[in-house]
Amino acid sequence: MTAPAAAAEHYLAAHRAFLGNGAGAAPAWLAALRARGIARFGELGFPTTHLEEWRFTSVAPIVATPFALPHGGGTSPAERDLEAFLLPGAGRHRLVFVNGRFAPRLSATAGLPAGVTAMSLAEALARDPERVRAHLGTSGADAASAFAALNTAFLADGAYVHVAAGTVVPEPLQILFVATAEPEPVVAHARTLIVAERLAQVAVVESYAGAEGARYLTNAVTEVVAGEGARAEVYRIQRESLGAFHVATTHSRQGRDSVVHVHPVAFGAALARHDLTAVLDGAGSSCLLNGLYLGDGAQHFDHHTVIDHAQPHAESHEYFNGVLDGRSRGVFNGRIIVRPGAQRTDSKQTNNNLLLSEEARADSQPQLEIYADDVKCTHGATLGPIDEKALFYLKSRGLGAAEARALVTYGFGAEILGRMAIPELRAQLDGLVRARLLGGGSAG
Amino acid sequence: MLEIRGLRASVQGTEILHGVDLTIRAGEVHAIMGPNGSGKSTLAQVLAGHPAYTVTGGTVTYEGKDLLGLAPEERAREGVFLAFQYPVEIKGITNAYFLRSALNAIRKHRGLEELDPIDFIGVLEEKAKAVELGDEMMNRPVNDGFSGGEKKRNEILQMAVLEPRLAILDETDSGLDIDALKTVANAVNRLRRPDNATLIVTHYQRLLNYITPDFVHVLADGRIVKSGGKELAHELEARGYDWLRPEAAAV
Repeated sequence: MTAPAAAAEHYLAAHRAFLGNGAGAAPAWLAALRARGIARFGELGFPTTHLEEWRFTSVAPIVATPFALPHGGGTSPAERDLEAFLLPGAGRHRLVFVNGRFAPRLSATAGLPAGVTAMSLAEALARDPERVRAHLGTSGADAASAFAALNTAFLADGAYVHVAAGTVVPEPLQILFVATAEPEPVVAHARTLIVAERLAQVAVVESYAGAEGARYLTNAVTEVVAGEGARAEVYRIQRESLGAFHVATTHSRQGRDSVVHVHPVAFGAALARHDLTAVLDGAGSSCLLNGLYLGDGAQHFDHHTVIDHAQPHAESHEYFNGVLDGRSRGVFNGRIIVRPGAQRTDSKQTNNNLLLSEEARADSQPQLEIYADDVKCTHGATLGPIDEKALFYLKSRGLGAAEARALVTYGFGAEILGRMAIPELRAQLDGLVRARLLGGGSAG
Repeated sequence: MLEIRGLRASVQGTEILHGVDLTIRAGEVHAIMGPNGSGKSTLAQVLAGHPAYTVTGGTVTYEGKDLLGLAPEERAREGVFLAFQYPVEIKGITNAYFLRSALNAIRKHRGLEELDPIDFIGVLEEKAKAVELGDEMMNRPVNDGFSGGEKKRNEILQMAVLEPRLAILDETDSGLDIDALKTVANAVNRLRRPDNATLIVTHYQRLLNYITPDFVHVLADGRIVKSGGKELAHELEARGYDWLRPEAAAV
């Protein structure tokens, strides 16, 4: 048996154990969803670099490690260990998951406004399975991704946010997936479903973190559904352990005149692959993908995005900035599809990569598939060291060479953070970006 | 204040300046005019220390110091300012943040206390009014998405905040409509003091209707071929540059 096939067999066996371990009590539709997931995973197997979509990203280190579901959920972190990953002064309500399992003791859901549901998926499945069923696993992500399919196969818990029609959630909701250091490498199939019904508004901060140095796998799927005129902002902060692997799918589907903003920020993990798909399935809808990745050492980040314009008069803006130091590598693939009939589409994509060392590397690939004739689509990518023109400009104003470099570098991150609407989060991320790019010093 | 003697400079192995001589004293405004490709912008860039240009001969003495021996940032801290012909965008860094960093770098060099954001915003608001740039421009990234006119006014704003001793305006008037041109000229006039000097590099006489120079020089083929008072600008406007070319060739 080849290594990927043997690894796949490991997860198939784990799945049989999972079903025999109480998970079999699920409603029939959920059992069927899982069955489809494991079947699809079995068909696809782990991706290899022979596949176009995985050409630059080898999952061999993931394949080589038999990640297991944690026994009894594993150890529990202390509340103070989570503080660094939570928002100070904003968003009182939070759902915390330890190794993929809901941790009620670390969560806070009391006093949610009327019309707002934020609870574990397990609880939602028990209380209101039909409402969950309407959207869970409907994104179709499983069909394209073996990892997403595997996540669905093990679907038992996760985060569930539902905002009723016309309800505006005043504060951001926080979702934290944290991994603990376990004796054996563990996998968490983190799952999130966010539903904003007609004219609802919500901001969710979804964070991924782990015990420093711990070796684990986060295999995350987030589905976002925005109804007519709804607004959903998803801040996705990946701060995994540098020994960890992070594979994720974020899928959003939008109704007429809705707004979805996704801000994927990647700081952590040895290897992180994030597939983002945004389907603009309503006329007049608007989507922002605003991403930042900061790499050092041998970190590897891969963002594959698909913006699918299925209806007319919609707009999408996509900005991904990467700052890569050491031997780190950034991969960006940005596909924009404009379906027949999606006239007056306005789509803009940029991917800028700053290479701070000779050994850092970036690959950027736009893919436009346009089947309508009255559209505006622009894309641009840059990769290279710091712009000498910018350095001279700053020096000509009195800034020293080191300070000028730091300012331009920091600007790469700050540009992305500037599009975020939660001041407390922006300030927190700004601190992290400064620490990474300015070596902990301050540029003012 | 500034003494340029026999300055020669080249870019990518091609000599552009073939021996420029120029003396600027405190309190003076000089204009350098000349046809395209005469080396006007090269002179401005060389004075600011642009790394793309190689000085192959001559000297530049600024306030008794060897200007050419100073790094670009040292020149700036000593009071040399270049308003760029093509201002550069700095993504993610707000105008206010950038200007405070620059002002503090200069203040530190002069042994002055650095300004905190609160003190600085007072300075900035006052100066921004003078160049008619709205407050919202202060919180936008440096030159990012600015119109041509906004970029040029932003250069003058920087000049107003940094208070240079020697300001070099490199075709700051190009691409400005008449209102923006007046705004820029007014700001430059207001910043004139007996202890500072201005060198205006321009292709057109138009700006000099609003800023009266003490001296006008014609740069052609990498040399100053004629110098005179402000009336020379009018003569150039009327006659163009061609009548000066034989003189250039004869030198």
